[in-house]
Amino acid sequence: MTEYLGLSMLLFTIGAAGVLVRRNAIVVFMCVELMLNAANLALVSFSRQHGELDGQLAAFFVMVVAAAEVVVGLAIIVSIYRTRRSTSVDDASLLKA
Amino acid sequence: MTAFWVLAPFMVLAALGLVLARKAVHAALCLAVVMISLAVLYAAQGAPFLFAVQIVVYTGAIMMLFLFVLMLVGVETAESLTETIPGQRLGAVVVALVFGALGVVGVAQSVTGAVVGVEQANEGGNVEGLAALMFGPYVLAFEATAALLITAVLGAMVLAHRERLAARLTQREVAEGRLQDYARHGTHPGQLPTPGVFARHNAVDTPALLPDGSVADASVPAPLRARDQVRPGDRAEVDAVARELEPGTGEGRDR
Amino acid sequence: MNDVLDTAWVLVALPLAGALLLLTWGKESDRFGHWIGTAASAASFVWGVVLFVALAGRDAGDRSVTTNLFTWFDAGRVRVDMALTYDQLSALFVLLITGVGTLIHVYSIGYMADDPRRRRFFAFLNLFVASMLTLVLAADYLVLFLGWEGVGLASYLLIGFWQHKPSAAAAAQKAFVMNRVGDLGMVIAIALMLAHLGTTDIDRVATGVPALSQGVVTALGLLLLLGACGKSAQVPLQAWLLDAMEGPTPVSALIHAATMVTAGVYLIVRSSAIFDASETARLAVVAVGLVTLLVGAAIGCAKDDIKKALAGSTMSQIGYMTLAAGLGPAGYAFAIFHLVTHGFFKANMFLGAGSVMHGTGDDVDMRHYGALRTAMPITFFTFAAGYLAIIGFPGLSGFWSKDKIIETAFGFNVWVGLGTLLGAGVTAFYMTRLMVMTFLGRKRWRDGVHPHESPAVMTVPLVVLAALSVLGGVMLLGHWITDWLAPVVGEAHHEELPVPAIVLTLLVLVVVVAGVALAWATYGRREVAADAPADREVGWWTRAARHELYGNAVNDALVVRPTGQLVRGVTAFDRQVVAGAVGGLAGLFRDASQGLGRLQTGFVRSYALVLFAGAAALAAALLAVTIA
Repeated sequence: MTEYLGLSMLLFTIGAAGVLVRRNAIVVFMCVELMLNAANLALVSFSRQHGELDGQLAAFFVMVVAAAEVVVGLAIIVSIYRTRRSTSVDDASLLKA
Repeated sequence: MTAFWVLAPFMVLAALGLVLARKAVHAALCLAVVMISLAVLYAAQGAPFLFAVQIVVYTGAIMMLFLFVLMLVGVETAESLTETIPGQRLGAVVVALVFGALGVVGVAQSVTGAVVGVEQANEGGNVEGLAALMFGPYVLAFEATAALLITAVLGAMVLAHRERLAARLTQREVAEGRLQDYARHGTHPGQLPTPGVFARHNAVDTPALLPDGSVADASVPAPLRARDQVRPGDRAEVDAVARELEPGTGEGRDR
Repeated sequence: MNDVLDTAWVLVALPLAGALLLLTWGKESDRFGHWIGTAASAASFVWGVVLFVALAGRDAGDRSVTTNLFTWFDAGRVRVDMALTYDQLSALFVLLITGVGTLIHVYSIGYMADDPRRRRFFAFLNLFVASMLTLVLAADYLVLFLGWEGVGLASYLLIGFWQHKPSAAAAAQKAFVMNRVGDLGMVIAIALMLAHLGTTDIDRVATGVPALSQGVVTALGLLLLLGACGKSAQVPLQAWLLDAMEGPTPVSALIHAATMVTAGVYLIVRSSAIFDASETARLAVVAVGLVTLLVGAAIGCAKDDIKKALAGSTMSQIGYMTLAAGLGPAGYAFAIFHLVTHGFFKANMFLGAGSVMHGTGDDVDMRHYGALRTAMPITFFTFAAGYLAIIGFPGLSGFWSKDKIIETAFGFNVWVGLGTLLGAGVTAFYMTRLMVMTFLGRKRWRDGVHPHESPAVMTVPLVVLAALSVLGGVMLLGHWITDWLAPVVGEAHHEELPVPAIVLTLLVLVVVVAGVALAWATYGRREVAADAPADREVGWWTRAARHELYGNAVNDALVVRPTGQLVRGVTAFDRQVVAGAVGGLAGLFRDASQGLGRLQTGFVRSYALVLFAGAAALAAALLAVTIA
C-alpha cells in the first residue's frame, strides 16, 4: 500500500516542481494535471485500503472538475495567445508592485 | 503488485520527462504515458470504472484538447530553458526535495493496519457500487458537477468568442472587390492555378505548367517558393507524357 | 424733527448713490459716467452750502444737531447708533470735502479723459467722498471708524488705480498695510472706550473722560494719535505717503493733500476732550507734529519728482496742523484753519502739477521742466498763487494760518516755536526751488515734448482754487473761525508771548525771505542740471533727504526684516519639525510598502514557489506534531 502512496507523492512532487520551473503555460497546465492524477492515485489506493468505494467516487469527481478546469484554462491560454502571441507565464506579469 | 513495479519506473521517468522535455509535444506524450499507466494501476486496484474513465476522459479527451491547443499555438515553438527569475530553479528543486521527502515519510506513517481490499465492495459490480454511492449519498455533489460543467462550457465559449467588427462580406461584394483590384492593379481575378496540372505528380510542391511547358509560379504555395522547395518542372518528363498520350508528337516537335 | 439740519445724511447718500450707480451700471454708462459722478459730488456740495447757511442762521449755542438714523447694532450693554452730528466743525469739513472734491471731479473729467476706466475712477472718487463725509459727520467713534476704513479703502483703490504698474500696486499695498498699523491703534482705543465707558458715542465719551483715570486717558490719547499718524502720514508711519503719489494726480490732490490725510488732525480735534485731559498725550502730539513738519520739509527739499516734493510738503504742513492740534484749545481752531487753507492751496498746487504733467507727457521729473511759465500761463499763475500762499506771503491764506500756528507754538514753548519757524524757512526754500525748477529758468524739455496749456475743464478748477488760496485768509477776519469753532473745541485762553505778535510775524517774514533767497541763489541764478547728480556727488544731508531720511530703511530694519526672519523661522520649524514628523511617518510607510511591494514580482511562478514552500512547511509541522 505504502508504495502506491509513495508513487503518488513522487508524481505530485514532480508535477509541482514542473509548475515551478516551466514557463510554457500549456506545459505548466499539464504539470497541474499530473498533480491531480497523482492525487487520484492516492484516493484510489485509500479506497482499496479501507474497502470502501467512496475514494473511487472522489477520484471520479476530481476527473470531472479537472475536465472543466482544462476546458476553461485552455480557452484562457488561447485567448491570451491571441492578444500577446506568447504562452509564457512570465509575460503575464503586469500585476507587480 | 507486478503491474505496479513494472509501471512505476516508467511513470516516474515519464513524469520527469514531462518536466524536462524541451518541446511541449514531447511533454504531452510523456503525460499520456503517465495517464495510461495510471489507468492500468486503477484497474489493478479494483477500480475498472475509473480505468475506463481515465482512458476516455483523460487520455481521450483532455490530452487531445492539450495537443489541439499545442497545434493551435505552434507546435514547433521550443521553449528556452534558461531561467529568468533568479533562484527560482534552485528553490524549486530544494523545496520539491524537502516536500517529497516529508510527504513520503508522512504517507508511510499514515497507513496502518492491513489492506481491506475492494473485493467485497465490488461484489455487486464496481459500476453498480459507484452508482449507488453517486446517486445516493453523493447525489448533491453530482448535481453540482453538472452545474460546473455547464458553466465551464459557457466560459470556454465566452473566452474563445471573437467579436466580428465589420459586416460579413457577401459573395457579390467579394466578386466586385476582385474585379476592382483587377481594374486598378491588374491582380488576377480568378483562382490561382492548382499545382500539378500536366505533371507526373499532383503533390503540392509540383508546379503547374503553362501551355508552352514553362512553370507557373503562382501554382505553388508561397512558403515553399520562399524555402526553395519547388520541384523543378522537368521538360523531358512532360515530353514523355506527351509521347505516351500521342506517339510521335513530342519528338517530332523537338526535331 | 422737521429741520433741514436733520437731512445731513443726504450729504453722504448722494455720492454713495453715485458710486453704487457707477459701479453697477454697465459699459453704456462709460460715455456719461463721469458726469454722474461730478453731479453727485456737486449736489452734495450744494446741499452742504444749504445746510451751512441754515446752521449759520441759528444761535451760536444751538449749532450742533445730532440725527439718529437707525440703531446700527444693539448687543447687550453696547448699543451703537448710526448717528450723524452736524456742527460747526463738520460743516467746515463738509464744505471743504465737497467743494474741493467737486472741483477735482471737474478737473478729472479732463485729466482722465483718455483713460478707458474713467467711469470706475469716478465711482471710486464718489466712494471716497461718501466715506470722508461719513467720517466727519459721525457722532460715534464706530461710525467714524466706518468712514475711516472707507477712505482707506478708497485710497487703496485709487493709489493702485493704474494697477498694471507694479509700482502702483505695491504703493497701494504699502499704504493699506501702514494704515492698518494706525487703524489698530484706533480699534484698541475704541475697545478701551467700550471697556471703561461702555459707549463709543463721541459726546458721551467726552462727558465721561473726567471720570477716567489719568492712565486710561493718556492711553486713549496715544492710541488715537497712532491712528492719526497712520492716516495723516505722520512720523513714524509717514513712509506710505510718498509712494502714494503713484496714483493719478487728482487723487493725490483730493485724498493725499486736501482731505483724507487731514483726517488724523480732525480726529485729534474731534477728540479734544481726551487730549485736553492728558498732558502727556498732548506733548506726544506736539512732538510728532514737530518732527514730521521738519522731516517732511527736508524730504521736500531733495525730491526731483514734482509730486513727491509736494507730498513731502504735505507731510510737513500736516505736521503743522498736528502740532497745532497738540497745543490744546489754543491751537485747535488754528489747526483746522490751516487745514482748510492747506486744502485749498495744496489741492491747487497738486492740480497744477497734474496740469504740468498733462502738458509734458506725464513726466514728473522737475529737472525736465524749466521755463513752463510761457507755455502754460494759467497753470503758472494759479500755481504761483498756491506757492505764495504756502510760503506765507503776507495777505494770502497761508500767511494767516501758519502765522497763527507759529505764534501759538511760541506761546507754548520757545523751542517748539523755533522749530516751526525753521520749518517755515525750509518751506519757503523748497517751494521756491520747485517753482523755479518748474516754471522759470532755461528750457530743459526732453525731445519731442511740447508743453501746452491744459483744457478749460482743468484750468477752471485751478483758477477757483487759486482764488480760494489767495482769499482763504478772510476766515480769520474778526476771529470768525475761532469764534465759530469755539463751541466745539473750547475757548482759547490767551497765552503770554515772549515777544509781541507783530515781532514774531516780522521774524517769520525774515526767515521766509531768507529761504526764498537761498533757493533763488541755488536754483534761480545757477543752471539746473538736466540730470540729477548721482548720490555720491551730493552731501550726506541731500542723500538722506532723497532717501526720505531712511524712513523705509528704518521700517525695514525694525519691522519688515525681523518679521520676515520670524516668519522664516516659523516656516522652517513647520517644514522641518511638524511637516518632517508627518512626512517621516509617511515616508516610513512608503518605504516599508515599497520594500514589501518588491515581493510582488508579478511572476506567478514565484508565488507558486512560496505557496509550495508553505505547503512543505505545513507538512513539516504536521509531521513534527505527529512524531511528537
